[in-house]
Amino acid sequence: MTHTQIPRISGVLRSPITFSVLAGLVIGALFLVGTGADPFTAYGAVLTGSLGADGIGSTLSTGTSVLGMALALAIPLRAGLINLGGDGQMVLGGITAAVTGLYSPLPAPLTVALALLAGMAAGAAYAALAALCENSLGVPLLVSSLLLSYPAVSLASYLARYPLKEPGSSLPQTRAMPDGVALPAFGDSTVTIGLVLVVLAAAAYWFTDKRTAFGYEIRMTGLNSRFAAYAGVERRGLTLKLMSVSGALAGLVGAIGVLSFPYRFVDGSLTAPGYTWTGLTAALLAAAAPFGTVVASFFFAVLAVGGLAMERTTEVPRELTQVLQAIVIVFLAARLRFPTKWLRFGRRTQESGAV
Amino acid sequence: MFFDSDLLMSALRALTPILLAALGGALCERAGVFNIGLEGMMLMGCFTSVATSWFTGSAWLGVLAAALAAAAYSLILAVGTVTLRGDAVVLGIAMNLLAVGLTSFLLRTVFGVQGTFDDPSLAGLPLVGGFTPLAYLAFVAVAVAALMLSRHVWGLRLRGVGEAPDAAATLGVSPAKYKYAAVLISGVLCGLAGAQLALGNVTLFSENMTAGRGWIAVVAVMLGRAAPVGVLLAALLFGLAEAAGFRLQGVGLPQQATDAAPYVVTLVALFLSTARRRRRTANSPSGATT
Repeated sequence: MTHTQIPRISGVLRSPITFSVLAGLVIGALFLVGTGADPFTAYGAVLTGSLGADGIGSTLSTGTSVLGMALALAIPLRAGLINLGGDGQMVLGGITAAVTGLYSPLPAPLTVALALLAGMAAGAAYAALAALCENSLGVPLLVSSLLLSYPAVSLASYLARYPLKEPGSSLPQTRAMPDGVALPAFGDSTVTIGLVLVVLAAAAYWFTDKRTAFGYEIRMTGLNSRFAAYAGVERRGLTLKLMSVSGALAGLVGAIGVLSFPYRFVDGSLTAPGYTWTGLTAALLAAAAPFGTVVASFFFAVLAVGGLAMERTTEVPRELTQVLQAIVIVFLAARLRFPTKWLRFGRRTQESGAV
Repeated sequence: MFFDSDLLMSALRALTPILLAALGGALCERAGVFNIGLEGMMLMGCFTSVATSWFTGSAWLGVLAAALAAAAYSLILAVGTVTLRGDAVVLGIAMNLLAVGLTSFLLRTVFGVQGTFDDPSLAGLPLVGGFTPLAYLAFVAVAVAALMLSRHVWGLRLRGVGEAPDAAATLGVSPAKYKYAAVLISGVLCGLAGAQLALGNVTLFSENMTAGRGWIAVVAVMLGRAAPVGVLLAALLFGLAEAAGFRLQGVGLPQQATDAAPYVVTLVALFLSTARRRRRTANSPSGATT
């Protein structure tokens, strides 16, 4: 048993992901020392603040959004497509869910379901638009999805500030959802059933990726799109399908945001925490693999929530955690790994043993 | 009159940062390095220029520091893609994220404020005939880049490196050297773009103040097909959209509509240019046979 485990462990140690995360933590520690804080205290505060009894609820509700956006970006990424329009798709999903929640004549539980579906549909339709831009107008997806995001965010902002604005409020927000139009929460925490929905989505992605022909087509396109095209994968159709699923998930995150505390659409509250970019970072770190995306999302949710605790105890700005995230991806993108020299000794003996 | 000289003036002011950044992006494109880190490099330039101008009292030292800092930052892209053969798209996205995090972090640690640093005693760039000297420099840079690329041996080699790196290498031209140079120049230009944005167009630093302009610059490179004059026209289009947006805001259009205008205009321009190019390539073989 140890014979198979040792190479696996050294493989994990030498993997670019381990190296990137460690490099990020080390550079983060240098930043901490630079600001006069003790890295061990600061990192300790990140862990206790995010995983302790006070923080775990917050970590799980942040994790809901981060995982949702990470999945939204991972699914097209698996086929080598980058959707940079997550903000726009999420916000449109959110505002659509808000309108549905406010004006639906149905009973509350049905309204919640309808609002979730409407949010997903809005996100999917908007993402499909970006896919159509690539398919029929030849604008690269990366650019079309990103540029489309800005007008969507502006539109939602306009709606929340003018036609849908809560009367008498000075804040740019819609009215609160009617009674009962909310996702059920676990106990008195801020963690809602939205977490379950997002985890189910992750499970569905895992199943599709591992067990279905469609998942195989997606991976094949990501690994070698020309070969996949030769083997009969229709790229345009695939782009449209993957972007629709991606946008639907982003829209779902927006809808969950509106149907959770504070139960309304607040301008900027969906985009300001940077879920889209954190999600993209998590998806990239995991190379879009389903299980890895879940782990990476949790890791970044811990960083984001723990960053607040770190700020309280060490007075180091929480933006440091954003720096950490980006450094991890910079190292990963450059495909750095542990110099093989360090571990060559172990490998040599193994090889000679085999001979 | 809607289109008057004032509109053109404000369009020219709006286009300067885009033009500087896009020119750097175009050089990278020609050398075969896809640079989507322009946004992050610009943002680093914004912060460095404001911080240096604040501590030294000289806007010019701010400009210099911005150019140097952004060039140093661009080394990440050069080392990552040229030496380590990493993924330029992922690296560019990561650099943009890193710049947002790093500048917000530094804003809090250096100035102890969150959101915006704005002080009346912060030295901004002087205006000469309504424009900062950097605006004039941007136009000079277009001319220099156009001449270098079409006439000078350095520019020709740079293009050779981008189009056929193996052939260039057999002729004794080091592709890596030219790619590094192109990325570093793009860093300097983005630094200047950032300084123009933070000390020219306004005199302050706020978190993520580039707000997608680096991405518009990336699109301008595509629209202008990586040619300096083409990039200039694309940047002018964006500048006009932004200026027209401000004008329409004065007529009572909500700010959100005018905020979105430059992105929509850019996207539409991209549709039209790719559609035209496609039609041309579709027609050319049949045109040749008849």
